[in-house]
Amino acid sequence: MTENEPTDHPANAAVSAGDPRFLTQDDLAVDTHQIVGPDGSYDADDVPDLDAEQFRDLYRWMVTDRVFSRRMVSIQRRGELGTFGSTRGQEASIIGSAYTLRPEDWLYVGRAWTPMFMRGASMEDMILFWRGIEEGQQAFAEQNSQVAISIGSHLPLVTGLAWGMDIRGDDAIATAYLGDGATSTGAAHEAINFAGALGVPALFFCQNNQYAISLSADEQTAANTLAQKALAYGMDAIRVDGQDVLAVYDAVSEARERVREGEPVFVESVTYRLDAHTTSDDPTRYRSDDEVDAWEENDPLERYREFLKAEGLWEDIDHDAIVADIEAEFDAALEAANEFAEREIVEIFAHVYEEMPPELQRQYEEFVDLLDRRPELYDYIEQRPKG
Amino acid sequence: MQATIVEAVNDALHTEMAADDDVVVFGEDVAESGGVFRATDELLAEFGGDRVVDTPLSEIAIVGAATGLAMYGLRPVAEIQFSGFLPPAFDQLVTNASRIRWRTRGELTAPMVVRMPYGAGVRALEHHSESMEGAYAHIPGLKVVAPSTPHDTKGLLLASIRDPDPVLFMEPKRIYRSFREEVPEEDYEVPLGEAAVRREGEDVTVISWGSMMPATLEAVDELDADAEVVDLRTISPLDTETVVESVKKTGRAVVVHEGPRSNGVGGDVVARINDEALMYLEAPVERVTGFDTPVPLLSMEDYYFPHPPRILDAIERALSA
Ligand SMILES: Cc1ncc(C[n+]2csc(CCOP(=O)(O)OP(=O)(O)O)c2C)c(N)n1
Repeated sequence: MTENEPTDHPANAAVSAGDPRFLTQDDLAVDTHQIVGPDGSYDADDVPDLDAEQFRDLYRWMVTDRVFSRRMVSIQRRGELGTFGSTRGQEASIIGSAYTLRPEDWLYVGRAWTPMFMRGASMEDMILFWRGIEEGQQAFAEQNSQVAISIGSHLPLVTGLAWGMDIRGDDAIATAYLGDGATSTGAAHEAINFAGALGVPALFFCQNNQYAISLSADEQTAANTLAQKALAYGMDAIRVDGQDVLAVYDAVSEARERVREGEPVFVESVTYRLDAHTTSDDPTRYRSDDEVDAWEENDPLERYREFLKAEGLWEDIDHDAIVADIEAEFDAALEAANEFAEREIVEIFAHVYEEMPPELQRQYEEFVDLLDRRPELYDYIEQRPKG
Repeated sequence: MQATIVEAVNDALHTEMAADDDVVVFGEDVAESGGVFRATDELLAEFGGDRVVDTPLSEIAIVGAATGLAMYGLRPVAEIQFSGFLPPAFDQLVTNASRIRWRTRGELTAPMVVRMPYGAGVRALEHHSESMEGAYAHIPGLKVVAPSTPHDTKGLLLASIRDPDPVLFMEPKRIYRSFREEVPEEDYEVPLGEAAVRREGEDVTVISWGSMMPATLEAVDELDADAEVVDLRTISPLDTETVVESVKKTGRAVVVHEGPRSNGVGGDVVARINDEALMYLEAPVERVTGFDTPVPLLSMEDYYFPHPPRILDAIERALSA
């Protein structure tokens, strides 16, 4: 068969005559999966099959996410962290999705911290991470998990992790959490296409929180939705209301099942980052108070509370006690992080290679010797606040 | 006008956008929010959304599109938000921007500037702290500039935008706001490819640039000898003559930089001194550099870049040999 001969591929089935027909975004209806509406109403038939304990668990994790963000922002303001990116407003999106994952699944996040706790990482490790202490990353790695700082850079890795699972025949998936901004990176496009072409168990969970620092999602791309981007790569997608924890759970559970069978899936979760992009950002420069207020009204915790009340589950939940527990956990974690042992100089040189090359060894020894001979060097090093 | 380095960047952009309608400024968060460091503040208000553009989060397209714009005849000034996010676009620099003149025998060229803050010491996250000028200076056809003072920043940036070749403009963010100096309101250029003698001296030549300049000057101030300080200002093409002339006079040299030692710019400076002034040397040339490691995350980043005592130690070694 020559290359130009028509194949029996379904794409070649229909032929149109006359003027060329444009395929447009309007040819594609992309709806948004929702179970509990903004006013708390829902159809009982649509509710995912979880037990009372699990419904309460979802709430508890959402509160954890909110309290953790609040505490981190507050210790950052006291100069105890370099910077921090709050996730307030995205709790349903983050928890609903992560609740579907199993410990053997890989989790590579952009903006989402509590999923790490859900798989066993400690708040102490997360504080260490944000203090720029490499042991934070080391601890996450023990849980099949990492945070990517270079936006989009993790997607090809997730494709590779999934490929490995496929080769080994392991019953697990690899998940990339990404933002709306990340969908513009070259790495994302290559990774998603590659995962589709190879058919590997990768799940791309995109939290469209409406902004990539100052750029709104509307300006990020001319596409109507981010979900539809997956179709170009032959990958199925779901768009879900990211303020509805049950809808996110439902969507990602189904996606995970399909991914396990070797069909990668892209999920767009529509949500909002209520706080600044990070503690170094001033959001008043690029968004209106009205917009923020409207999303404050669309609080995912409030919405889920309405559901819990309607189901008679709220009476068993002591919100204040949950908050108090998490605050105590945070206090203990902060104390432990503050006691993190003074690090040795060798930490700078360790783990660059398995075996330290002679030149690096020389640089290390010279530096230790210099610190010994010229202790005034510490004045320059220690002038700065504790990381 | 008294200005900091980042204010001088902003002033140069205002100056050149007003002077030349072909100059367009773009990158992530540069327009509406004025840049994460405010380097592009007020440009949108003054020059409008056609010439000051917030782009998608797309480093490859930012650098590649700058190359295309420049080939078409515009004067793009693109911002990469932090130096650690240039690597995805390295391909565009190597494959296109730096080679288009060579490939087309001068029929097509890419007069463009890619600006980016670089260097450690601002308590940022991973990938926000590298000094990779060695890697970029390794690309033939690409000019690499690293100013160390507000005055030079404005003059070098104006010269870079007007330069007929692609320029990577590396801004030393650790000292973005650490001091002010007089910066002329008017238009002036500091030529690319010319080092500055920051301080004259007879005993030893200390060569540095960009983010390491203040620490170098501080070390020299504490020295019991008469040091000459050369600020390279342009890393590529490198001003061998100024370096060699100085070393011929002093007979001793120390190179100070923030990036990793191996295969770094320091090695090249030493090689040029060996090539052209070996017989004048009274001591081996010393290098004070970052380590051959990734920049440590913020808890230990302050150990990484050379502080004055480390520079002083090397200068004293050069003097006593
Ligand atoms: C490759 C790259 N370019 C630029 C940055 C600087 N930066 C950090 S976060 C961010 C916006 C990210 O937006 P998005 O992907 O939507 O994720 P969000 O933080 O909103 O969850 C940018 C531009 C980066 N970290 N990596």
